[in-house]
Amino acid sequence: MEQRNTVIHLEHVRKEFSVDNRFFSKGKRTVKAVNDLTLDIKKGEILGLVGESGSGKTTLARVILSLTKITGGSVLVDGVDIGKASKEEKKEFRRKVAVMFQDPASNLNPRETVESSIMRPLVLHGMPKKEARKKALETLRSVKMDERYLYSYPHQLSGGQLQRIAIARALAIDPQIMILDEPTSALDVSVQAQILNLLLDLQEQRNLTYLVITHDLNVIRYISDRVVVMYLGKMVEVGPTDVICTNPSHPYTKALMAASPILDPTLRGREKSIMKGDPGSLIHLPEGCHFHPRCPCAMALCAKEEPGCTALAEDHQVWCHLCK
Amino acid sequence: MSEELLRLENVCIDYKVRDGYLSAVKDVSFHINRSEIFAIVGESGCGKSTVAHSIMRLLGKNAKVTGSILFNGRDLQALSDKEITGVRGHDIGMIFQNPLDSLNPVYTTGNQVNEAIMLDGVDKLEGWKKVIELYKDIKMPDPEKRARAFPHEMSGGMRQRVMIAMMLSRNPALLIADEPTTALDVTIEAQILEIISQLKREFHTAIMLITHNFGLVAEVADRVAIMYAGELVEEGNVYEVFAHPVHPYTRLLMAALPRQTKREGRLQTIDGTVPRLTESKPGCRFANRCPLAKEICFDQDPPVRRLSGTHSFQCFFAEEVE
Repeated sequence: MEQRNTVIHLEHVRKEFSVDNRFFSKGKRTVKAVNDLTLDIKKGEILGLVGESGSGKTTLARVILSLTKITGGSVLVDGVDIGKASKEEKKEFRRKVAVMFQDPASNLNPRETVESSIMRPLVLHGMPKKEARKKALETLRSVKMDERYLYSYPHQLSGGQLQRIAIARALAIDPQIMILDEPTSALDVSVQAQILNLLLDLQEQRNLTYLVITHDLNVIRYISDRVVVMYLGKMVEVGPTDVICTNPSHPYTKALMAASPILDPTLRGREKSIMKGDPGSLIHLPEGCHFHPRCPCAMALCAKEEPGCTALAEDHQVWCHLCK
Repeated sequence: MSEELLRLENVCIDYKVRDGYLSAVKDVSFHINRSEIFAIVGESGCGKSTVAHSIMRLLGKNAKVTGSILFNGRDLQALSDKEITGVRGHDIGMIFQNPLDSLNPVYTTGNQVNEAIMLDGVDKLEGWKKVIELYKDIKMPDPEKRARAFPHEMSGGMRQRVMIAMMLSRNPALLIADEPTTALDVTIEAQILEIISQLKREFHTAIMLITHNFGLVAEVADRVAIMYAGELVEEGNVYEVFAHPVHPYTRLLMAALPRQTKREGRLQTIDGTVPRLTESKPGCRFANRCPLAKEICFDQDPPVRRLSGTHSFQCFFAEEVE
């Protein structure tokens, strides 16, 4: 594969929230939502991000979008450090990175027509209204919707249509990077297929970079080139999709893959280790490897020392004492 | 042990709306045997939850149910309000998608489960012991402590376990599980599925699993029914249906599941949209989206045809695709 340019570079990123319980707590407690994470996202790739709820997936997305201030490390988008960027650079950044959230209905203004929803980011970025109107129509067509929907209101549209509008609105500013937070989890199977196909078509036509966050491993396997697995704020494994899905190395990834529902009943007899317990709390993080209380192969070392990064291949890294 | 427990025969459910009737379920028939898991799958609005609620008589006053719903040979429709209250919980249990909606936030979960136990005239202390036992049965970690916890102190998976414990305390013959894992993570989903399978194995509970997720069906169900726009289009043994789906809708839906990677091509999609269900006119409701549809599909109800003793479908032309 050709050497691709890095568009997003995360360097030792931390995001901690302090939870202040007033007089019940002794001192401050912190939630370490993203804990020392280093990651490159390359131009034109689709990177999948998986993990259970509370693993820090959405916080990471918000960090990249600069919707929340990081408490350590740095985020570089196209070589520009977002934390130190000037006002101009920040504005430029907002044009480069677009986002689409899980529930399209709650992200569209119920009192605005589709047209003005799509136009809004364009006008905010200084495009004259007339031009913006033309662009809105163009974008609506690119998500394969008829122009008669321009003057519809969100309540008149179905879930799949709303998701298309959300995609159109994100695309209108011609971004290079799209962050898709659970793009299909609110949708039915047949609509999910339409949206996934559309996202792939757009990505190919415009050479977009996607960061797809979802807990649906079947979607991740279908759409992404590379997968990052997170557990309690830390990366536990990263690698090419087929490696992660068929031959994972970290016990957590293995358990996650085993728990993912099969689509063929004849596979029922397969070996299956059901992970015990719930994902732990981000406040009382376990010592050593965060996963060791649930890990089927935990050793004495795992409770004491945090595992470092082991590179199993050039593009496959895992954080586990077992894999050394 | 394939004794019949529940049978629905030609059930139609119409909702009275402002301008007439909305036919939510049209002519649905199926049965569930003792200690088997029967799954109903379909997309939103296909009527799967309406069917489930009609069994428990939980539908609103504007719903009109025709046809017969027989549970252990008794017609549930004909029962008085008092009698159906006896059936609910005692004979048929139900769990829903979001356990937080079903639990009272100001009582400990153990207390709420105990309440269900005390309905049988058990005294409070005796009941509490049973609660701990039930929590152990469903593999709740640290049962004594969890019984004293409030719903907000528990995770989603644990809350769903509480609902299962509550249901189990009455030991019903049939459990209706309406999207029981939709709000949960895959790892927790796997745990709940394991408990559901355990109910079937150890307590011989029959389970009606309502879901939109084919993964769950493939994982635990014995038999499966596929619904589209209020019609039951295909029904059969889960192995047969997955290996050999016949109805065009089932085939398209299964092809729309992302099983492959993008390199192996785009996913199958189904063109068109679900028709409006305002009038219950004859004809197959999938006809407007169906690749096999001919004129007859729009005018006449498709017949129920059998592929084997345990696999049937409703379509005029389906077999001809082979």
